[in-house]
Amino acid sequence: MKSMKPMKPIKPLAWLGMALLLAACADKGDAQQARGADPRLPEPERGLLPSMKIAEPVAWGSQKPTVPNGFSITAIATDLKIPRQTLVLPNGDILVAEGRGGKAAKLKPKDVIAGYIKAQGNTQVEGGDRLTLLRDADGDGRYEMKTIFAENLDAPYGLAFANGKLYVANQGELVSFDYQEGQTKAGGPPASIARLPAEINHHWTKALTVSADGRTLYVGIGSNSNITERGMEAELDRAQVWQIDAATGAHKPYATGLRNPTALTMHPETGKLWAVVNERDELGPDLVPDYLTSVREGAFYGWPYSYWGQNADKRVMPQRPDKVAAAVKPDYSLGSHVAALGLSFSQPAMGERYANGAFVGEHGSWNRSQPVGYKVIFVPFKGGMPAGEPVDFVTGFRDADGKTRGRPVGVTVDPRGALIIADDLSNTVWRVVPSR
Amino acid sequence: MSAHITNGPILRHPPGRLHAILLAGTVPLFLGALASDAAYYQTYQIQWSNFASWLIAGGLLFGGLALLLSIASLLRARRRTGRPLTGFLLLLVTWVLGLCNAFVHAKDAWAAMPDGLILSVIVAVLACIATWISLDTRPEVAK
Repeated sequence: MKSMKPMKPIKPLAWLGMALLLAACADKGDAQQARGADPRLPEPERGLLPSMKIAEPVAWGSQKPTVPNGFSITAIATDLKIPRQTLVLPNGDILVAEGRGGKAAKLKPKDVIAGYIKAQGNTQVEGGDRLTLLRDADGDGRYEMKTIFAENLDAPYGLAFANGKLYVANQGELVSFDYQEGQTKAGGPPASIARLPAEINHHWTKALTVSADGRTLYVGIGSNSNITERGMEAELDRAQVWQIDAATGAHKPYATGLRNPTALTMHPETGKLWAVVNERDELGPDLVPDYLTSVREGAFYGWPYSYWGQNADKRVMPQRPDKVAAAVKPDYSLGSHVAALGLSFSQPAMGERYANGAFVGEHGSWNRSQPVGYKVIFVPFKGGMPAGEPVDFVTGFRDADGKTRGRPVGVTVDPRGALIIADDLSNTVWRVVPSR
Repeated sequence: MSAHITNGPILRHPPGRLHAILLAGTVPLFLGALASDAAYYQTYQIQWSNFASWLIAGGLLFGGLALLLSIASLLRARRRTGRPLTGFLLLLVTWVLGLCNAFVHAKDAWAAMPDGLILSVIVAVLACIATWISLDTRPEVAK
């Protein structure tokens, strides 16, 4: 090698270090992951092959997820078709959005191989493209009615309700249904409010929430790649939260640089918009933290140029030092690769200990040798901001030998005192209630 | 120098037609990958990187099958020395480095650079030499 002319600084290990073929990195469990407002971030790393550890799906059988003392959990609906997000209507009925979207072409051999491997950890059921309504008419905690509220939707995900309108974020369009209390079936096809960016849809889930006055909608639009590997052109109007006027459908970017904002909600006291966001992969087991953050109007949160403030990502070319400098830090790290997909603020009816804070549904990692996530956590709040360490709320979705019975997605607090959890691996909706 | 007078047997080991196609195929595939990498390196246009990834996969497929045929003919040969052995070993190194290159190209966006470009240069040169030697059908004198 000495005879080679030095052309550029070369990382010799990268091309002759076949010893690195399997990056033997000692991943830590999630207890050691940097969580909270000011996580300590390690240096980026990436071996020749990325770490992967795929869930091994098994049925629940007679088992159930584990809940804290003083709570109980029941499955209120099973055999759904990929439930993602849920919505509790004013009369207590629950709507479940079911579906699977995305039509990203496989551009590289890697996409073919990784796509096959990742599919092993997901349900084999076809997405329902529908909304299912669940009703517990007598209030005994059994949801005896399960009926299709609307069908032939296009990978519905985000749900919101305000002023007699039910809003549904399909993967390519924001639509609304007129809703009257007690209705169990949509009165007709939905009305279109706005088209949403849908080219490729690498991250297809369109998160949705509505302002308290019902006039403004917020839609989360994920990036079209992990880190621009589908080209910069594919990222037009991606990785941002749109603010949409409910009456006219006019939109503007509300905040940008949010790689994949998978759940949005308004804080009940402060009225501020909050989101959980899934960050980029392939920088090592402890990078980059997924996060919970208030979403500030006009702010740029870094993707793709940097992460957690000013940590520049060298994989993006051409680089943009000006954008890196402008990036703001998110509020609260949830830990890397946990795949936060659900967010709901608590209510006093959840009991004193869990009265003030946010529940976060973590779908669970696939690219980390020590799996993390696969649970619902509770982040305590004080004065409208996270205060303290997160605590596990619902666990037992994955056991120590990798057998995975469920994967939490959307979480919704029912103001009557219950947490509704959509599980898209076992196609179940769970309900956690304080024991009376 | 015009003619060899020897008591040893004169060995001929021309590769078969299929073997020749597979061997020769690695050259444009790995050269194409190199050209695509060079284009990505200069333009940041991701499609060139996608092309390089598939061309490397194609080079590995052709090279891998050629390696199998080389092993088969080496096993059948009475003497496992000379150009067939050299060609086989060179092709083996080409293939292993090519596989590393495929993994490097599986990194997202610019993470594949510059390692991917450097590996593509080495692999393309090795593929040319391996094919050049393996397809030499001139008689070789056993020592």
